[in-house]
Amino acid sequence: MKCELCQEQEATIHLTQVVDGAVKKVHLCEACASQSGFDVHGPMSITDILLGLGHQDPPATAKPAAIKARDRSCPRCHLRRADFKKSGRLGCPDCYAAFADELEPLLRAMHRGDQHRGKVPAREQERVRTTRAVDSLQAQLEEAVRAERYEEAAQLRDAIQAARGADQEDTDAT
Amino acid sequence: MNINDLITQPTAWLPRSADDGGIVVSSRIRLARNLKDTAFPGWAGETESTRIWDNLQTILREAKALKHPFAVDMGDCSTLDRHILFERHLISRELAERKAGSGLLLRRDESLSVMVNEEDHVRMQALRPGLDLNGAWLEATTLDNELEQAVDFAFSPQLGYLTACPSNVGTGLRASVMLHVPGLVMVKEMNAVVKGMAKIGLAVRGLWGEGSEASGHLFQLSNQMTLGEAEEEIIANLEQIVLEIVEHEQNARWRLFEQNEAYLQDRIWRACGILEHARILNSKEALDLLSDLRLGINMGIVKQWPHRIVNDLLVQTQPGHLQKRQGRRLKPAERDVARATQVREQLTTMDGEAGQHDE
Ligand SMILES: [Zn+2]
Ligand SMILES: [Zn+2]
Repeated sequence: MKCELCQEQEATIHLTQVVDGAVKKVHLCEACASQSGFDVHGPMSITDILLGLGHQDPPATAKPAAIKARDRSCPRCHLRRADFKKSGRLGCPDCYAAFADELEPLLRAMHRGDQHRGKVPAREQERVRTTRAVDSLQAQLEEAVRAERYEEAAQLRDAIQAARGADQEDTDAT
Repeated sequence: MNINDLITQPTAWLPRSADDGGIVVSSRIRLARNLKDTAFPGWAGETESTRIWDNLQTILREAKALKHPFAVDMGDCSTLDRHILFERHLISRELAERKAGSGLLLRRDESLSVMVNEEDHVRMQALRPGLDLNGAWLEATTLDNELEQAVDFAFSPQLGYLTACPSNVGTGLRASVMLHVPGLVMVKEMNAVVKGMAKIGLAVRGLWGEGSEASGHLFQLSNQMTLGEAEEEIIANLEQIVLEIVEHEQNARWRLFEQNEAYLQDRIWRACGILEHARILNSKEALDLLSDLRLGINMGIVKQWPHRIVNDLLVQTQPGHLQKRQGRRLKPAERDVARATQVREQLTTMDGEAGQHDE
C-alpha cells in the first residue's frame, strides 16, 4: 500500500483516528508521518489512549490552511495543539474554544452527553438562561424557515438578536 | 495544629462502627474548579502559580465551611509529611510531588479539604465514613457556593466547569466509594464485577495494588463521566450500583460461611494469630491479614476487638505513619519490624474493647 500523502513510499504507519466523530484509517510512510506532526515513536498520552484518538490530523487536509489549523495555538495562553496532544491537558479555560473542533469528538467519546446539566455558579445563571433561550429560538427559526413561514421567521430572528444583545459581553468560550 | 497532631487522630474516612458489615468503607466527593481567564496549574509559570496560591489561600483560610483550616504549603512541607498526607487520602500523588505555589487547606477533622494548584486550581474534597455520598456532596457544594462569591470560576453554558483535563469538564465531579469486598474476591466474582463496572462507565481500581488482586481487598469505585448529567444523577447512579455490590458481597460472605465454614474460620483465626504474634510484617502481608481480621470482626466471628481497630491499623501501618511515630527514617526492613510491633501493641491495648467504644 502506498502512502496517502506522497503516493510514492510504501505506507508503514497505519493510524486509526476519530475525525468529527467518525473513525478513519490513515496510511502513511514514516517520512510523511513524522512531517505531519505525528509522534510516531513517542508514547501516547493516557488521554489519547482513553479516547482512542491517537493521532488526530487527517493527512488528506495537509494543505496550507490545514497546516495552519494544525499549528493553531490558544490566543490567551499560547498552548499549541501539539502541547495538548503530548500532555492531554489544556492550558487555560479559553483552550476549550480555541480547540473546539478537536475536543468535540473527544468529549463525545468520554462523556454521557455534550451539554452540561449540572450546577451553575450563581453569577453565570443569567448567561446560561440566555444561551438556552437563544438555542431554543434558533431551533424554532430553522423550523419556521423549513416550513416557509417567513413572517414568523423574521420575528424569531429579531427575538434572537434582542436576546443576544442583552448579553453581549458573554460571547466568549463556547 | 501540625502534622504530628494529625497522626494521633482517626482519619475522616474510616468509620467508627460498621452498620452494613463494613462493606462500604467511605464515600468521597471531589469537585474540580478553575479560575476564569487564568492558565491551568500545569501550564502556568511559577510566578503565576504562587500568586494564585497566595490569593486562594487567603480566601480559603476565611471560608466558614473549613472552620479555621490547617494550611500546608507544599513549598515547605517535608517528604515525610507529604507521605502522611498522602496516606490519609488528603493529597494526591500529583500534589505530593509539587513544590512552592501549591498547597492544601484542611478542616481540622479532615472531612473537608482543598488542594490548590494540583491539576486544577481548586480541588475540593469531602470525605465521609460509610455510604454517604449525599452528605459529602452537600459539604463540598456548600464550600463551592462560598468560594464562588469570592472568585469567578471558569464556566461555559455548554461545557460547564472548565478543567485542565477534558475528562473532568462539566460538573468537575468525581464521586467515589471505597469498598471492602473480601467475599467477592474469595468466591472469585470480583473480576466480573470489575468488568461490568467498566461497561456502565464506572471506574474500579484497587486501593493498594492493581486489578482484582488488590491487597487488602479494598477497591475504589467512581464515576468516569462528568459531562451530560447533573451531580445528583451521577451520585444516585453510583449509589445504586454500590448498594447492589453490597448485596452481592453479603451473599458471597454467607455462601462462604454456609458452604465452607471451616475454611473461613481457619483463614480468619490464622490472620489473628499472625497479627498478634508476628515480629516482621511487610505491607502486603499486613494488608491481607488485616482484611481477613476485618472480615472476621464484621461477620461477628472475632469478638474481642472493636470494628475501628482494623481501620486505624490500615492507616497506622503505612510507611509514613510508622516513620513519623518513630521520629526517624526507617529502611524497608526496619519498617516491617516497626509495623509488626505497631500491630501487636494495638491489638494488645484494644483487646476486650469491643462494644465499649463502638457505637
Ligand atoms: Zn509518504
Ligand atoms: Zn488556552
